[in-house]
Amino acid sequence: MDWFLIITTLIKIVVVVFLAILPSVAYSVYFERRVSAWIQDRLGPNRVGPLGLLQPIADGLKFLLKEDVTPGHVNKFYFWLAPALVLVPALVTCAVLPFGSEMQLPLWLQDLIGTKANIPMVIADLDTGPLFIFAISSLGVYGIVLAGWASNSKYPFLGGVRSSSQMISYEIALGLSIVPLLMIYGDLHLGKIVAAQAKEGWSLLPFWTEGHAFAFDLKKIALAVPVGISFIVFMTAIFAETNRVPFDLAECETELVGGYHTEYSSMKFALFFLGEYAAMIVGSCFAVTLFFGGWTLPFGLSAQQLGAVGPGIALFQFLTLFIKVFLFVLFFIWVRWTLPRFRYDQLMRLGWVWLFEIALVNIILTAGLLIAFR
Amino acid sequence: MATKLVERPKLNFFEKIYLSSILHGLALTFGHIVRLFRGKTKVVMQYPEEKWDSNLPEYYRGAPALVTDEHGRERCVACQLCEFICPPRAITITPEEIPNNDPWAKVEKRPKAFEIDMIRCIYCGMCEEVCPEQAIFLRKDYAITGESRAEMVHDKRKLYEIGGVRTGLVNKWNELK
Amino acid sequence: MADTDPNKPAVPLLNVQIDGEWYQFPKGTRMIEACKQVGREVPHYCYHPKLTSPGNCRMCLVEMGMPPRPKPGEEAPLDAEGKPVIQWMPRPVIACANTVADNMGIRTDSNLTRLCREGVMEFLLINHPLDCPICDQAGECRLQEFSVEHGSGMSRFREEKVKKPKNVDIGPRIRLDDERCIMCSRCIRFCEEIVDDKVLGFTERGSHTTLAVHPGKRLENNYSLNTADICPVGALTSNDFRFQMRVWFLKETESINVDCGTGINVTIHSREGKVYRVTPRENNEVNSCWMPDSHRLSFHSIESPDRLTDPMVRVGATHRQARWKDAYAQIPEALSKLDASQIAIVASARMTNEELFSVKRLAGLLKVAALDVVPRMGESDGYLIAADRNPNTTGAQLVLGVQQPGSQLASIRAGVEAGSIKALLVFGEDLTEAAGWPEESLKKLKFLLAVHTHANPTAAAADVVLPSAAWAEKRGSMINVTGRLQRLSAAIPVPGQARDDWEILRDLTLGLTGSNGVHGVDDVFRLMAAAIPAFNGLSLQKIGNQGIALLETGVRIPLLERERERRAKGMING
Repeated sequence: MDWFLIITTLIKIVVVVFLAILPSVAYSVYFERRVSAWIQDRLGPNRVGPLGLLQPIADGLKFLLKEDVTPGHVNKFYFWLAPALVLVPALVTCAVLPFGSEMQLPLWLQDLIGTKANIPMVIADLDTGPLFIFAISSLGVYGIVLAGWASNSKYPFLGGVRSSSQMISYEIALGLSIVPLLMIYGDLHLGKIVAAQAKEGWSLLPFWTEGHAFAFDLKKIALAVPVGISFIVFMTAIFAETNRVPFDLAECETELVGGYHTEYSSMKFALFFLGEYAAMIVGSCFAVTLFFGGWTLPFGLSAQQLGAVGPGIALFQFLTLFIKVFLFVLFFIWVRWTLPRFRYDQLMRLGWVWLFEIALVNIILTAGLLIAFR
Repeated sequence: MATKLVERPKLNFFEKIYLSSILHGLALTFGHIVRLFRGKTKVVMQYPEEKWDSNLPEYYRGAPALVTDEHGRERCVACQLCEFICPPRAITITPEEIPNNDPWAKVEKRPKAFEIDMIRCIYCGMCEEVCPEQAIFLRKDYAITGESRAEMVHDKRKLYEIGGVRTGLVNKWNELK
Repeated sequence: MADTDPNKPAVPLLNVQIDGEWYQFPKGTRMIEACKQVGREVPHYCYHPKLTSPGNCRMCLVEMGMPPRPKPGEEAPLDAEGKPVIQWMPRPVIACANTVADNMGIRTDSNLTRLCREGVMEFLLINHPLDCPICDQAGECRLQEFSVEHGSGMSRFREEKVKKPKNVDIGPRIRLDDERCIMCSRCIRFCEEIVDDKVLGFTERGSHTTLAVHPGKRLENNYSLNTADICPVGALTSNDFRFQMRVWFLKETESINVDCGTGINVTIHSREGKVYRVTPRENNEVNSCWMPDSHRLSFHSIESPDRLTDPMVRVGATHRQARWKDAYAQIPEALSKLDASQIAIVASARMTNEELFSVKRLAGLLKVAALDVVPRMGESDGYLIAADRNPNTTGAQLVLGVQQPGSQLASIRAGVEAGSIKALLVFGEDLTEAAGWPEESLKKLKFLLAVHTHANPTAAAADVVLPSAAWAEKRGSMINVTGRLQRLSAAIPVPGQARDDWEILRDLTLGLTGSNGVHGVDDVFRLMAAAIPAFNGLSLQKIGNQGIALLETGVRIPLLERERERRAKGMING
């Protein structure tokens, strides 16, 4: 049985990381450029391939072929380690995100490999999903701090320091913001949270119950208020965690040239780039899982698919999640090209004075509502 | 210096949480996307196919170049004032003496080498402004490309090639000496 | 401005009012010098403090006045401060040829002086060509400078300009452009008064006055380039510096010349690590304002293709480039096998005191007694070039303790040829050229170290060759023939992998001892100041640009002696 688990897990990792996340990273860069162009009344990259769709491949080739400069004044070991430390945690967090229910292998395949076991559509089926995500994603800050420090240059250093204090500050709000959800679902298993949403309505769209496509439950609608607050705090904190505008003070060009990756070039720079977008995608995926029902369809349409499903349905579930995440990524991009950058003191004030307090009050509010509707 | 105190606008609670402003901003940018897709936005020029060359204004500052006068004499006398004024230090001149058998030997001095590093050049036009001999002009060439740093350095031959002949300028060296 | 030198005979001080302020000057001071001393520079072309004043440029016109002579029995009228009231003369006087008188008044910025200067400038510019773009003087041209201050910016001259010869070859090192000449006659006076070579003069007097050399003669004395220095415009320019570099790019470094024992004070003009010219710097105790052409042009050897740029070690019959570390490592290795009596050191009196001191320390550590420098005696030219062609013989005597330079050289050579001296360390000298040793005798050595700037037969025979810094590349001090301690400054960086001599010597010493606390050439001087009483209390900083009279050797510089005579006679004032 072990070899079956190992092989399916490996296949899942390859599929998720190399067929889903990394290509979507490349294409989110493409969309970033296209959408920003549209917002600014331009066209964006439209030369390479039809509609410029091969642009990410050209970019990737360019990154690979660029001269890889390691400046003489850097601390070589940490300088080389830092890009990997940014990308790896972003990719590792996707291990606990469910992208479907359970896949039942076709009968001929079951006969061929001699097992009737189903494959859970998640790489690591942990009971502590959100905690795992927080634990791993907070490691990403080391990559940025090391990059800033190892570059031995003032702009990267300032960028690294800014970034680390920012990420540490917003991690608190991020962690506290999902506590209300955990209280409502009473579980830390992301798969079960998604299943509950499929049956009882998404956290932010609680308009159905099991067996009824449209139903209004006062308790759920009341609870949607703290969940909505949670969502706003969570999204703000995710923006800050992924160093996206309006929180990209770690790499703001006007002050710090390139911030922590000023001294990087070629593929090492590309790794930072990949890491940032991978974090954005995984963050979107996490948000979808918690607030918008993960891989499920709204209005109870997925209630029957919670058990084992065939490969076709599993693929459909995967695509559902993918489309939701894609919309989120578009939202990230949309925000980036709309909002101006915060000033650093405003950023710290927002994190510590507002989001932290709001998240705390929100927990109490949720607890109060849960008691009231018991 | 007069100090002007800027009154910060007083914001009410809803303005303070910024959410409405953020939503307003998002709506604004989304409006641009919509207008673009409805074809109501005039999109920028598609550069290599469409060019602005015929519309370049008279004062356009492109690549600096050296010019010869109507007698085919190189106007530059290597005074090195442009090298001195050049803010990014893009210009390097090596002067030499004009040999006695040259028809323009009375000018005495000319550039042996005149190099403008087009990677450094910022097209500011100071060289043109400072030139006492009206020898260097900013032409309308803007697509300066090369595959190596060395290729991006315009030498004397290239500079005269871009510059060509200019007539109607002051010709003080034509006086009998 | 009282003269505070107690050795000078007392000269009566006169009260002079300059631009409303009262000062005191010794009798005999020229008005232009008095104004200069109190910071009211009067523009001038023909006046030069070291030359007589013909007063022919008229640029230094100032307004002058004296108190009215009182009627018999009356007192001169005094103003509110008790000073005499001055009655200004209606016409201006030239400040360069008149001396100050008691209670004289001078106005350097009155309306009359301003008008005079503008008028003189307009006349001078009438025939001046618009050559500035090709003129080497541009940037340090007095005519340009005063045009900015006193010129009109436009010409009222409508006639044809006077044409004169241009680009005239008047000597091997000097080019003449007569159109640029403003007839100040400085060059004529210099040739006549300083170097006794009357080759220049004016011809075709009148509006076609032309500077020319005497028919059949050329301006080819060894001081001819000084005329280009004193020429206020670009009429006389140096052939060597012609069209090499514009002066405004040049970085000026104050140093001294090392071609003879006089130690002529110079300014090194360099740009981006290349020396373009060397000009004399005024020092009334050494070289006045002048310098011989031979010394001035010697800087070209710094850029010679023969320069050593990498340390080299011998491999078989040829040399191979080595890293400094590896080259250094060979030296203690070779020397440790030998007895102190088998080692000899030949240093150079062209080295600075600091370097010689380091050689002395090295010799002390190796316990080497056979130590000498190569003497270089020639003839004094009767002007500035000293008979001793080594710039630091006095320093070698004081620092290295070599009483009679060259006295041990013969015994060292005999030892080398006899085989009793097996290792020789040569610093900054080529023994075949300077001391006349045959190359064969160098081949008898077991170990030969050559530290030099240029490739030479000694280096070719050496086992280890270390490239060192030329005079324009290093900082240090030297003592000239008159006993004056002077300072060299680095104008340009050393070429390639070469290193400063003090650094090489420091590292050689380190190879033998370990740390010695020397981190810069100033540290070497500090050690030297502690070890040698004559240097007590001094530092490289304190030497300054004009040097310090350290010893009394009794040697005199002929040109300076004559200058003092002329000053005593009142012919010159500077």
